[in-house]
Amino acid sequence: MRYESPDTLEAAAKMLAAESGDARVLAGGTDLLVQIRSEILSPALVVDIKKIAETRTVSEEKGGFRIGAAVAGAELKEHAKLKKAWPGLVEAANLIGSTQVQGRCSLGGNLCNGSPAADSVPALIAAGAVASIVGPNGRRELKVEDVMLAPRKLALTKGEIIASFFLPARPAHASDAYLRFIPRTEMDIAVVGCAVSLVLDASGTCTAARVGLGAVAARPLLVEDAGKALVGTKVDEAALEKAAAAARAACKPIDDKRGTIEFRTDVAGVLTKRTALIALERARKA
Amino acid sequence: MQERVKGPQFDIVGTRPVRPDGADKVTGRAKYGADHRVAGQLVGKVLRSPYAHARIRSIDVSAAAKLPGVKAIITSADFQEQPSEFVPAGEMLVNYRDVLRNVMAREKVLFEGHPVAAVAATSESIARAALKLIKVDYEVLPHVIDVVEAMKPDAPVVDETIITAGVTPPPTKPSNVAKRVEFVLGDIEKGFKEADLVIEREFNTQPVHQGYIEPHACIATVSEDGTAELWTTTQGHWVARAHCARLLGWDITKLRVTSSEIGGGFGGKTVVYLEPVALALSAKTHRPVKMVMSREEVFKASGPTSGANVWVKMGVKKDGTITAGEAVLKYQAGCFQGSPVQPGCMCAFAPYDLANVKVVGFDVLSNRPKVAAYRAPGGPISEYAVESVVDEIAEKLGMCPIELRLKNAAKEGTKAAYGPKFGPIGMVECLEAAKSSPHWNGPLGKNQGRGIAAGFWFNIGGETTVNLQLNEDGTVTLMAGTPDIGGLRASLAMMAAEELKIPYEKVRPIIGDTATLGYNFVTGGSRSTFSSGLATVEAARSIIKQACGRAAKLWEIPEDAVTWEDGEIRPAGDNAGKFKAMKLADIAKVAGKTGGALVGVGAISAQGAAPSFGVHIADTEVDPDTGKLTVTRYTVIQDAGIAIHPSYVEGQFQGGAAQGIGWALNEEYIYDDKGRLQNAGFLDYRIPVASDLPMIETIIVEVPNPRHPYGVRGIGETAIVPPMAAVNASARRATGVRMFELPLSPPKVLKAMKGGKSA
Ligand SMILES: Cc1cc2nc3c(=O)[nH]c(=O)nc-3n(C[C@H](O)[C@H](O)[C@H](O)COP(=O)(O)OP(=O)(O)OC[C@H]3O[C@@H](n4cnc5c(N)ncnc54)[C@H](O)[C@@H]3O)c2cc1C
Repeated sequence: MRYESPDTLEAAAKMLAAESGDARVLAGGTDLLVQIRSEILSPALVVDIKKIAETRTVSEEKGGFRIGAAVAGAELKEHAKLKKAWPGLVEAANLIGSTQVQGRCSLGGNLCNGSPAADSVPALIAAGAVASIVGPNGRRELKVEDVMLAPRKLALTKGEIIASFFLPARPAHASDAYLRFIPRTEMDIAVVGCAVSLVLDASGTCTAARVGLGAVAARPLLVEDAGKALVGTKVDEAALEKAAAAARAACKPIDDKRGTIEFRTDVAGVLTKRTALIALERARKA
Repeated sequence: MQERVKGPQFDIVGTRPVRPDGADKVTGRAKYGADHRVAGQLVGKVLRSPYAHARIRSIDVSAAAKLPGVKAIITSADFQEQPSEFVPAGEMLVNYRDVLRNVMAREKVLFEGHPVAAVAATSESIARAALKLIKVDYEVLPHVIDVVEAMKPDAPVVDETIITAGVTPPPTKPSNVAKRVEFVLGDIEKGFKEADLVIEREFNTQPVHQGYIEPHACIATVSEDGTAELWTTTQGHWVARAHCARLLGWDITKLRVTSSEIGGGFGGKTVVYLEPVALALSAKTHRPVKMVMSREEVFKASGPTSGANVWVKMGVKKDGTITAGEAVLKYQAGCFQGSPVQPGCMCAFAPYDLANVKVVGFDVLSNRPKVAAYRAPGGPISEYAVESVVDEIAEKLGMCPIELRLKNAAKEGTKAAYGPKFGPIGMVECLEAAKSSPHWNGPLGKNQGRGIAAGFWFNIGGETTVNLQLNEDGTVTLMAGTPDIGGLRASLAMMAAEELKIPYEKVRPIIGDTATLGYNFVTGGSRSTFSSGLATVEAARSIIKQACGRAAKLWEIPEDAVTWEDGEIRPAGDNAGKFKAMKLADIAKVAGKTGGALVGVGAISAQGAAPSFGVHIADTEVDPDTGKLTVTRYTVIQDAGIAIHPSYVEGQFQGGAAQGIGWALNEEYIYDDKGRLQNAGFLDYRIPVASDLPMIETIIVEVPNPRHPYGVRGIGETAIVPPMAAVNASARRATGVRMFELPLSPPKVLKAMKGGKSA
C-alpha cells in the first residue's frame, strides 16, 4: 500500500486517477483505517488530503460558510459562529463516535464512506449544503442529497475528491436541529436519523423548511413533502403530524440487526416531529 | 461510599485500603494476556469455518506451507483422538472428546467460527495470507440455531452420537437433546389443587456473551527437551494446564502455566481455546507462538451463556402462600452438550420455602459456539422466569411484591427443592433492607415504573493452596493461585494482616504459577475470597505456630508455655513476664539461627461455602413513542456474609447489575438464515456503556457464614441473577404491558405497547 500526502487538490486528484488498483482518499481515517485493518478494503494507494488547505478550513463566504471536507468534528464545535448559525449540523457532526473519534472524523468522510446511517449527512441535506468536488477534469458542484446513490456507492467518478461544502447565508429566525434514535446513549449507529432546518418570518410562520432522514432507505433522503407540510404554518400540531406522515411515507427501510421496517418507519415520524420542534424553538430565538 | 447494614468487628477486615494491583493497572504497567512478548516469537492465527454446519471432506495446507515465513500449520490430525467420557476436572465434568473438537474441528464444523486449522508465521500479515491459502473442502449441511427448533424430531442433528440421557426407555435415535434432568420436592398436583390462583407463562431469553474487555490471548513456548511454558489470560491456570497436557498427551509436570492479569472473565476464561493450539504450533517449531483473538473471534467462537425457552407455572393462595412451583427449562448448549441447565433447575425456586416443586430441564445442542460458564451459570435464566411470575402473582393478588416474597422466603432450615437444608441465609434480611431502603420508598416520575426481584446462587469451595513467607524484615509475601479478577489480592492481604496483626501494607500478595504452588481450582463459583481466604488463614496460623516454636527455642521453655496475644509472642503460665515478648518481625530476624525460613502453607479443599441471596430494585422510564427503556435508578441489596473489602463487594454488586441490565435491555445474538452471526462486535452487540446506567446503589447485608473465619460467603455471581426480572417488572409498570421475552429492546417494547398486549 502506498501513502501520499499532496498539498493541492489537483495533485491529489491526479494521483487517484492514475492508480490502476483501488485508490482511496484519507481524511480522518476513522472509517477507512478500520476497514483496512479488518480486511474489508486493501487499497493500493491512500491519498491523505489533510495537507490541502481548502479541506482543513472553515471560512465565511457570501454570508454563508464554506467547510473543508476534512475538518474534524471537534473543530466544528469550537467554531462559535458556525455553531450559532447551524447548531443542528454541528450537533449531528458531534454525535459521531467518541471524544477520540471527534478529533479526526470529518463531514467529507462521513458522506463518502457511503453509509445510509451517517449522522451528519441528513443535517447537511436539511441545510441545503452543496459539495464542491475536484477531479482530474476540474471542479464541479453537487447537492449533498445527490452525492450518495446507494450503500457504498457515490456519484463521484474516479479521482474525484470532495474539497468542501458550502452552506448558504442564514436569514433571521432560521435554525436547524438533528436527532437520532439509538438503543443506547452513545457509541451506536443511528437506527433513524432526522434533521430539520426551518426559516420563520417575523410573525413566526414557516417560510422554508427542509427535512433530511437517515438510516431509513438505501441512502440519506431529502423529504420534500415533509418540508412542504411545514411551510406556511406555525409549525403547529397538525402541520407536524402531516410532516411526520410524509416522513413515514418516504421511508424504504430494511429489517436488520439495528431495527425492523415497522420500527424505523414509526420512529422516523416521531423524530421528525421532535426535531422540528427543537428547530422551531431555536429559530424563534435566532 | 455506600450503605452497609452492620459494622465490622475487625481491625482491617471491613476497611477499604487501596488495592495492591491498583497502581500498575491505572498506569498501564500491568501485563494482560496480549502484553507478554518473547524474543523470536511467531504469530499464530486460526482458520475458522464460514459455515454453521458442514462436513470437512479434506484440508489442503500445501500451498500455505510453501509461503515464505510460515513455520508451522496444524489441523485436527495433529491431535490424538480422545475417548468420549466425562471425567472430573476440578469440580467440573469434562468430556475431552468434545474439548478436543471445540479446540479444532475434526469430522465436522459445528458453528460459524469453528477452528479448522492454525498457522504460525513470522508476521501477522504472513499468517493471514497463509490462512487464505488453506483449502478446505466442505460439504455444507442443514443447520439449526433455535433451541425449540433443535428439539423437533426432524431437526438437523448436530452430533450423531448423542442419545438423550435421563429418559427411560432410552431413545433409539440420536437427537439434539443431550440430557433430561428433573428435580422434585413434594407433590405439585396437590399443591396446585390448594391454590386459589394459578399462573402459567412461557419465556424466551437470548444467549449473552460474558463481554470481557480483554480478548483471549496467550504465548506458548515448547523447548527441544519437551518442557513447555504457557502465559495466558485465564481464570484457572491449573485447570488450563490439565486440559492442555491431556489434549497434547504430555506429563503435567512438563507444562508450566502462568496467568497474566485478567481483563474480565465472568466464567468465559475457564475454557481453553487458543492454548492447546499455540502449544501444538510451538511444539512443531520450538519457537514461542503468540496468539490473540480479535473481538470478532471472541464473539463468534467463545462463550456465551445459553439462550433458553422456559415455561413456569405457580400456584398461590389468596393470602400469598405459594403452594406449588413447576418449570420446564430448555437451554441451548451450543454445539456440544453441557449447558448450565442443571444449576438452572436447582436455582429456579431456591429463594423460596416451597413444599411442592417440580423442575425439568433439557440440555439442547444447536449450531452455535459451545456455551461457557457465565456468572451464576444457568441461574439468571430460570430465576428471571420464576421471578417474573412471582411479580405477576403479587400484581394479581394486589399484594406488595416484597410482602409476597417475605411470606414465602427461604430461611435457615428451609429444605431447598434441589436437596440441602439451608444454614443461616440472608434472604429475609435482604427483603427487609429493600423494604426500608430510600429507593423503594422514593418517588417515581412520569412514564417510570419500579420493579423488584430476588436471586440466589450456591457458591463453591474447592481445592486451594496459599503460601505465606515471613521475610527477613517481618514483611510477608502471600502467594495465591486463584487469578485475581475483582480485588482478591487486597482481600487476601487483609485477612493475612488481620491474622498476623501486622499492617496491611506489610503483606505483598501475588498470584503464583503452576510450578511454584500446589493445585488451585479456577477463580469461579464466587470461591476465591472464600477458599483462598480460608487457605490464607490456615497458612497465617501456621506461621504463628512456627513463630511461637522459635520463641520457645530461644527462651528454652516448652512450646506450650508460649502464647500468641495481641500480635505478640509471649511467655505464658509460670514463665509469664520472664522474657520480653516478641513480634513476628523479631522472629523473622533470627529465623536463620532458629531453624530456617518460616513458610506457612494452606493446602485445602475448602468446605462450607454458603449461598448468597440478593434483591434488586429497578426503576425504568419508557419513551412511549419509541419504546426505549432507560434505567433511571437501581439498587442492589445482597448478603455478603462479611464484606472483607466493602468497595470490591460493591464493585461486584454493580458489575453484576450492569451486565444483567445489558442482558435485560439490548444484548442478543443475531443470526442470518445461514447461521452466521451478524453482530460480532461491541457496536451491534450492545452491552451498556457508562452513560446508559445510573450510579448503581448498593446495600451490603451481612449474615456471616459460620463456616468461614471471617464470615465470607462469596458474592461475585448472585448480583447478575435478579436484574432481568427486576427490569422486566419495572418495565411492566412503566409501559403498562407485561413482556415475556428478552431483550426488552425498543422495537419489541414499542410493538407490545401498541398491541396493548398485557397479562
Ligand atoms: C468508534 C467509532 C464510532 C463511530 N460512530 C459514528 C457515529 O456515531 N455516527 C456516524 O455517522 N459515524 C460513526 N463512525 C464512523 C466514522 O467515524 C464517520 O463516518 C466519520 O465521519 C468518517 O470521517 P473520516 O474523516 O474519519 O473518514 P475516513 O475514514 O478518512 O474516510 C471515509 C471514506 O470516505 C472517503 N473520503 C473521505 N474524505 C473524502 C473526500 N473529501 N472526498 C472523497 N472521499 C473521501 C475515504 O476514502 C473513505 O472511503 C464511527 C467510527 C468509529 C471508529
